[in-house]
Amino acid sequence: MARQAIDDGIVGRGNQDGADLFRVWFDGLTQAAESGRGAAYVFVMGSMAELLRTFDLPIVFPEINSLQTAVRRVAHEYLDEAEDYGYSPDICGYVKADVATQLRGGELPMGRIPKPVIAVYTNACNTYIKWAEIWERMYGVPTFTLDVPGTRAAGAQTWPGDPDFENDRRYVAAQIKELIALCEQVSGVKFDIDRLRENMGHANTMSRGWQRVLELNQTRPSLFNALTDGTIYLGVSNGLRGSGAGAQYFVELVEEMEYKAERGIGTLTDERYRLLFVGVPCYPIFRRFSELFTEWGGTFVNSTYLWFASGGSNAGFQYDLERPLDSLAEGVLISVRDAMDAMFFQTEILVEMIDAYQADGVVYHPIKSCRTVSTGLADNRRALMESRDVPSLFIESDMMDRRVVSEAQLKNRVDAFFEGLAARRGQAAAPTT
Amino acid sequence: MAYAAGVDVGSTQTKAVIIGESREIVSRSLVETGANVIRAAEKAFEEALRGGDLREEEVEYVVGTGYGRYKVTFGNTQITEISCHGRGAVHMFPDTRTVVDMGGQDTKAIRVSPTGEIIDFCMNDKCAAGTGRFLGAASSALDIPIGDLGPTALRGERPVKISTTCTVFAESEVLSWLGKGKKIEDILLGVHQSIAARSTGLLRRVGVEEEVTFTGGVARNVAMVDTLNDRLALTVNVSEDSHFMGALGAALFALDHIRASRAPAKSGEAAS
Repeated sequence: MARQAIDDGIVGRGNQDGADLFRVWFDGLTQAAESGRGAAYVFVMGSMAELLRTFDLPIVFPEINSLQTAVRRVAHEYLDEAEDYGYSPDICGYVKADVATQLRGGELPMGRIPKPVIAVYTNACNTYIKWAEIWERMYGVPTFTLDVPGTRAAGAQTWPGDPDFENDRRYVAAQIKELIALCEQVSGVKFDIDRLRENMGHANTMSRGWQRVLELNQTRPSLFNALTDGTIYLGVSNGLRGSGAGAQYFVELVEEMEYKAERGIGTLTDERYRLLFVGVPCYPIFRRFSELFTEWGGTFVNSTYLWFASGGSNAGFQYDLERPLDSLAEGVLISVRDAMDAMFFQTEILVEMIDAYQADGVVYHPIKSCRTVSTGLADNRRALMESRDVPSLFIESDMMDRRVVSEAQLKNRVDAFFEGLAARRGQAAAPTT
Repeated sequence: MAYAAGVDVGSTQTKAVIIGESREIVSRSLVETGANVIRAAEKAFEEALRGGDLREEEVEYVVGTGYGRYKVTFGNTQITEISCHGRGAVHMFPDTRTVVDMGGQDTKAIRVSPTGEIIDFCMNDKCAAGTGRFLGAASSALDIPIGDLGPTALRGERPVKISTTCTVFAESEVLSWLGKGKKIEDILLGVHQSIAARSTGLLRRVGVEEEVTFTGGVARNVAMVDTLNDRLALTVNVSEDSHFMGALGAALFALDHIRASRAPAKSGEAAS
């Protein structure tokens, strides 16, 4: 073997194990659907999976299902079906793919999902609320909105001990108690605080691991591509949150990244440009989109997607298992608030990351079907350019709808961006007289 | 004597420029791109060679640019038209800091450094509103040759407001104004103002810093120059070779390559 790493079976393990875990997860969902069991439908920003698992509810993430149809290049079939049903081309592609999935009886390329018996979501995305109302009307299931107070002024986050924070925490904790009562009613399972404590322990391991994995990518060369590999890790972080398998995965993922860091094993053989990604990936041409950058020796060392789409678990919040319910409220409040802030108050975080990750440029990718994450990106970019002399690229496409993804247009802009980066580097290297 | 060439394969027309060692333009050519993009690139290059009375082997390096740059099969390398327009504009007007390039189906706003490197750029996305295609739609609806659009629009006194942002719908809107009895010159002035508004929107996204140089095929349109000047409240630079700016920039990059390959290798550095 050329490299000890391959013998050890460590390098690439995170990607392989992530794919395996997803397969097992979907097999379980398919079995639940076929046996007529109902599921809890949740979203990535504040899934409450730690709590819902205690009621033995299978957990379905419609956002993950929808993006999988795009990665598997069948999203257009789902979007067309929902549009034929009457949904507008201008609304969220995730919603439409899910509507078509429901119309198909839960059929997806990865398996079949059970029908919902409850929908639980936060207000982190305004579409979540309207989306859940669709299931409410389709299936007559209860929906539960966990109203998480966001940061009420830029740069003015409050923390435990602050009166505003304590008020917010009590507000969230009271809602969690209401949710527990509803889950008991829906599932017929009595709440067990020790099971919650156990799941929260797993979530702690996962958040700690996720934070460490992201930090380790400050290594040069970078250890993983935040846009491609990172999305696999993110999927496990969400889909298996609060589970033993998820915790084990992140322990091993940290081990893999530390192994690669110690041996200088990078994601590219010739890393020339380190980039930050802002927005949601272009799933209809997921691999190709990344190649537009890697062909120039560019790799994404971090991405805001890995923060907000992980529900803020990137910050590594640790639950206090001695006071689980209070701590759960605190964790949801801080993490979901961070996820929202990562969408709306990006400039300062990006400036810090440019230094920490030694980034050469920032790529902004607004998407047509999500105004929540895309509105304001142009302003964010302008603010970043005013505060730091860093090259940035602004390219638009979509996370689901290939009708608005033009590879030729994307390539033209990406090529010009790298030509600019190369010229800038050449000028910096030129002797001054 | 070494020559360098740039071939700019655009959506509607293909341009070729050959320059000499002093960066002087030796020859230029322009052909319709048509359906056979490879052939269009070859034809433009052949015509430029003929115009300069040159043989192909005398041109040491060729850079392809434009959307069809990868179809310049005889080219040595490819560079985007964004970089090439920036380079060409700064060569032609050294104080250029902002470039607006209006082509057949896209419009670009480019901010450049004093040496012509790209600082930032912005283009129209997914839609040809605010591009040469918009003028094409007006030309077709009014049955006026493209070359006459600008002079006709300049006679307009009471421009109509073109509300649509869609090139396809623009044609029907133009016809509806005709139906309401509006003068052709007023309709055309409205069309030009509509395009200028879209273009200045792009320019403001990258930041308008003087001097502004207007490049691309639409730069030949006098009314477009006029409406842009009005909207930006400045006078844009326009060269007689504005249409060839992308090809010129490509040729300048080609000459850079020739010079770099001739430069003596530094001590300890292998010559390539």
